[in-house]
Amino acid sequence: MTQSFRLPEGGLIDRDRRLGFRFDGRDYMGYAGDTLAAALLANGVHLVGRSFKYHRTRGILSAGAEEPNALIQLGEGARSEPNLRATQIELIDGLEARSQNRWPSLSFDIGAFNNALSRVLPSGFYYKTFMWPASFWMKYEYVIRHAAGLGEAPRGRDPDHYDKTFAHCDVLVVGGGPAGLAAALAAGRAGARVILAEQDSDLGGSLLGTNGTTIDGQPAAQWIAAARAELAAMDQVTVLTRTLAYGYFDHNFIAMVERVTDHLGEKPGHLPRQRLWKLRAKQVVLATGAIERPLVFADNDRPGIMLADACRTYVNRYAVRSGNKAVVFTNNDGGYTAALDMAAAGVNVRAVVDLRANPEGPATERAEAQGLHIMPGSAVVGTSGEKRVKQVRVGRVDPGSGRALAVSETLDCDILAMSGGWSPALHLFSQSRGKVVFDEALGAFVPGDPAQGAHSAGACNGAFGLADCLAQGHAAGRDAAKDAGCKPGRDGARAPEAENHGFLPAQWAWEVPSDKPPGRGGKAFVDFQNDVTANDLRLALREGYHSIEHVKRYTTTGMGTDQGKTSNVNAIGIVAKTMGREIPEVGVTTFRPPYTPVTFGIFAGRDVDGLLDPVRKTPIHSWHEQAGAAFEDVGQWKRPWYFPKPGETMHQAVNREVKAARDSLGIMDATTLGKIDIQGKDTAEFLNRVYTNAWSKLAVGRCRYGLMLNEAGMVIDDGVTARLGENHYLMTTTTGNAAPVLAQLEEFLQTEWPDMEVFVTSVTEQFATVTIAGPNAKPLLRELAADLDLSTEALPHMAIAPGRVAGIDARIARISFTGEMSYEINVPASCGLALWHALMTAGAKYDITPYGTEAMHVLRAEKGFIIVGQETDGSVTPIDLGMDWIVSKKKDFIGKRALSRPDMLKPDRKQLVGLLSENPEEVLPEGAQLVERVLPKPPMPMIGHVSSSYHSPNLGRSIALAMIKGGQARMGQTVLAPLADGTTVTCKVVSPVFLDPEGTRLND
Amino acid sequence: MLVIPCPHCGPRGEIEFSYGGQAHIARPKDPEKVSDAEWADYVFLRDNTKGVFLERWCHVHGCRRWFNVARNTVTYEILAAYDAGAKPPKLDYETQV
Repeated sequence: MTQSFRLPEGGLIDRDRRLGFRFDGRDYMGYAGDTLAAALLANGVHLVGRSFKYHRTRGILSAGAEEPNALIQLGEGARSEPNLRATQIELIDGLEARSQNRWPSLSFDIGAFNNALSRVLPSGFYYKTFMWPASFWMKYEYVIRHAAGLGEAPRGRDPDHYDKTFAHCDVLVVGGGPAGLAAALAAGRAGARVILAEQDSDLGGSLLGTNGTTIDGQPAAQWIAAARAELAAMDQVTVLTRTLAYGYFDHNFIAMVERVTDHLGEKPGHLPRQRLWKLRAKQVVLATGAIERPLVFADNDRPGIMLADACRTYVNRYAVRSGNKAVVFTNNDGGYTAALDMAAAGVNVRAVVDLRANPEGPATERAEAQGLHIMPGSAVVGTSGEKRVKQVRVGRVDPGSGRALAVSETLDCDILAMSGGWSPALHLFSQSRGKVVFDEALGAFVPGDPAQGAHSAGACNGAFGLADCLAQGHAAGRDAAKDAGCKPGRDGARAPEAENHGFLPAQWAWEVPSDKPPGRGGKAFVDFQNDVTANDLRLALREGYHSIEHVKRYTTTGMGTDQGKTSNVNAIGIVAKTMGREIPEVGVTTFRPPYTPVTFGIFAGRDVDGLLDPVRKTPIHSWHEQAGAAFEDVGQWKRPWYFPKPGETMHQAVNREVKAARDSLGIMDATTLGKIDIQGKDTAEFLNRVYTNAWSKLAVGRCRYGLMLNEAGMVIDDGVTARLGENHYLMTTTTGNAAPVLAQLEEFLQTEWPDMEVFVTSVTEQFATVTIAGPNAKPLLRELAADLDLSTEALPHMAIAPGRVAGIDARIARISFTGEMSYEINVPASCGLALWHALMTAGAKYDITPYGTEAMHVLRAEKGFIIVGQETDGSVTPIDLGMDWIVSKKKDFIGKRALSRPDMLKPDRKQLVGLLSENPEEVLPEGAQLVERVLPKPPMPMIGHVSSSYHSPNLGRSIALAMIKGGQARMGQTVLAPLADGTTVTCKVVSPVFLDPEGTRLND
Repeated sequence: MLVIPCPHCGPRGEIEFSYGGQAHIARPKDPEKVSDAEWADYVFLRDNTKGVFLERWCHVHGCRRWFNVARNTVTYEILAAYDAGAKPPKLDYETQV
C-alpha cells in the first residue's frame, strides 16, 4: 500500500526509516516517528474498531492518551496485549496489530445487530432485563460478558521482565510541553534535583502538533532542542520520556511507568520491558496539558469524525492528511487553527460550521482572510456514511429557541473535525485530593487549591495561550524549587516569550442543537468507548439517578479504559442542563489512578519465581537433598517432610521413620525452630509475664516448656526455654512464629515495660539444631561426647549443658517432642552439616534413621502433644487444651485476665481430646466435622472437628486429635464423623495421650 | 504511601514501618481488679478518630523501635512523631471522635 495520505514533506518523522507493519492481516508501510494511528491514517485507514455495546464502526478520534475508539490488540501469543491506544503505540518494524470487539471481521460484524436493536438497549438494559430469576444472573452474566469484552488477555505467561525503582527528587515535573519545559528549566537553574516525566516519545507536548509557532523569536522546534540540551547538561536533572506519571498518592508519592523497550525493534535482553518508578518528590509541577472535547450531535461517532486538534497534529507532526475533504465543526476560535493547518496541507476544507452566531477571534479572522467558507450560528445535525463519514447535514441554530432549524445545507466530506472546547487534564491533581472548580469562561474544571505540594501550570491550569503556559511553567518551576528548599539563581529570572492566543472565545453547548426532538435522528454519543448517548444520561435522570456518581455508574459513562477523558465534562454539562442546575452543583466524578491503563508486569517487577519470596534452607539441606528427601514448606523454610527409600510410598516411609525413633534411633534436623537469645537481669520476670507458667525458680542448666497467649487469652505459641546462665536464656519458638514472637517480645519490652533490662536477639540462623531420639540416643551421644556426663543425675530430662559433640562446641538439651529419650544438639550453623555426618556415621550401628516433619507429627500425636496452629486456631485457651497445669494462678501474665471471663469457663467450649475410630484402619481426614447424630442431609449440629489424624505404626492403628465441645466430659462416648463421600465414621472419645502416659520412656 | 518521620532514623517511606494502632492505651496495672467490660475495652476497643489521631508505628525495617505519631486521618498530614512513653506534644488541632 502506498501512503497516499502522507504529505510530500514536513512532519517530525524520519522518512529514511520505512517501517512495515500489519493491521488485521494486511501489510502497510509507515515511518519511524509515526504512531500506529498516524501510519494507519497515512494509508487511508480510518475504520479501526467496533464499539463496545452497539458494535458501531469506529475510527481514530484523537492523537493521544484520550483515545476512546482506536483500541488495539498488539502482538501475538504470550506477548499479546489488549486495549492499547493506536494513538500512543509507537510504530516499529514488523508490528502486528488487530482490531477488537468484532466478529467475524471488522467490516462485517455480527454483533452490529445490537445497533439495529438499540431502541431496546437503553442504559440499564442489562440490569433491567436479566433480573429474574435472581439466581440466573450468573448465567446471564457469562453470556453478556462474552458478547461484550474488548481485547483478549494474553495466553501463556509473560515472557518479558519488568523492573521497579525508587527515586527521590526536589521537583517532579509531569509533562514535557511548553509549561513543563519552562518549569524544569526554572527549577533546574535554581539547582533543584529535577525529574521531568513525559509520556510521549519526545519533549514538546502540544508544540509538536503546531506549525509556525515561535518562542523567544525562534521556531518552537529549536526552542525545544535548546531546552532539551540545557536540561541534559544539568547533572541534577533527569529527563524521562515515554514515562507516564499515572498515579499521585499521599505525601507527594507519584507512581510512574517507563516504557523502556516497547518502541525498539530489537529489544536488548538486559533491559526490562517497562519500569515502575516509585517517586517521592518534595514538590510537583503538574503540566499535564488539556484534552479537546468532542461535540455531542447525532451520529457523531462515524469513522472520519475526529477531534480538530488531532487532525492538526496529524498534519504537523506526522505529515498526514486525515482525508481529502473536510468539514470543521467548532464552538470556539481554536477550531479554526485546525481548519487553517489542514487547508495549508492541501485538504479541501469545505466549510467551518460554527455554533457561535458571531464568530470571532484571531484564528477566525485568519480563516476569514484566507476565504474559508464559514457558516456562523450553525450546527451539524446529522451525518451519514457506514464505514466512513460521507456527508454532514448542517442546520442554522435559531437563537430564540436554541434549536436547530431544518437542514440548510448538506456537505460531502470524508473528514469532520470537531472542537467542543478543552478540558484541563486534572487527573493527577484530583488524585492528590486537590479540589477542582468550574471556570465559566473556559467552560471547564480547573485546579482549585492544592492538597499537597503541587503546582499546576499551563493548559492543565486553564492557561491556553502559549505565553501564559510558559510564564506559569516558569513560575511554577521557580516556586517549586524554592518550596523544596532551593535558592533560585539569577539565570532563570525571565520566562520565555511567545504569542498568547488560546482557543477562546467560545460558546458552550454541551449538546449541539438538533432539528429533531431529543433522542431522535441518530445517536448523539457522549462516551464513545462505552457507547453512552446524551439520551442515556437523560433516561438515567428520569429514572431517578440524580447524583452524578450514580448517573455515571448506571449509564457507565466515563467508566471505560479511557475513564471518560473526552466525555466526562460533556456528560456533566448535559446532566446539569437537564436538571436545570449549574455545573458546579452537579460536581465531578472521582478521578482514579491509573491515568491510562498500566500492565500488571510492573507491579510484579522482578518479584517472580525464585525472587518472589526468600527460600530458607538449613545448613544440612544439601544432605537431605542427596538423601532424596521430600520437602514441605514451613513458613519460608524448606523442611524434610519424609525420606523415602527407593520404591517406598510416603506412608511406608513415615511408618518406618516413626518405628525407628521408638525402637532404636531417629535423627531430625530441627534447625528451623525459632531461637531467641534473651539476656538481662530482668529476664526471669519477663518470662513470667510472657509465659503462662512461673520462671523465677528455673535453675541454671534447666529447661522449661512454656505457653504464650495473647491478651485475649488465646494460645499463640509454645516452646522450650533454657536457662544458660544467671541472666542468659535461650527461648525456642515454633518455626513459623519465630519472627512474630520476637516482634511481640520487642513490643512489650519497648512499650509496656521499658524499665525492664532485657535484650532479645534472634539467633535462629546462628545455630543448627539436630535432634536424636530413641532408646539408642544416649548410647550414641555418649560415644560422641565422651567428656559429657549424661547420667540422669548430671543431665536429667529438661536439662541443658555445654559440651563437645564430635569435636564441635555444642549445647546439649535433653528435651523431647517425641516422648522418647532424646537430645537436641545445638552447634554453630557452620558446623551443622559436620555434626549431622558424625551422628549418621556413628549411628549406623543403631540403624540411625532420619525422620521428617510428618514422622515428627505422628510421634508427637501419639503422645498427645499439641502443635500451635494445628490444634489451636486463635480461639483456643490452655484450659481448652487440658493444660491447666501450666497456667500459674499466682502471677500475672499476658492473657491471664481474659482466662477468667465467664465465656472462658463455659463447659461447652471446644476441648482437646483423642479420637479412636471404630475401624482401626480408618484414618479420619483432618478437618472432618464431628456430630452427635447424623441427619439425612446437612446442616446438622456440629460439635467439633478433627485437628490431627494419622496412622500410628507403634499402636498399629489410626489415632486422631480433635477439638470437641465439652470434650473432656465426653470421655468414652461415641461421636460421628460424616464425611464428604457420604460415609460416616464412628469414633470413641479418649484421652489425647495414646502412648506411654506415665512418661517412662523418657527415663533410662 | 506516607512519609513517616522516625525519631531515630529520619523520614522514611511507609513500607519500612508496621502499624500498631492507637497509642497511649496502657495495660491495666492490676488486671485482676478491672471488670470484664473494662478488660474487653482495653483489649479490643479503639477510637475511630476523624481528625488528629495519636497512633503507634514500629520501624520494623529500620531501627525496629516503636514510637508514636500524631496523624490527621482526614488529610494524612503527620503533625508530630515522638518516643513511645513520652507525652504527646501540644498540638493546635480539633479532633472529632
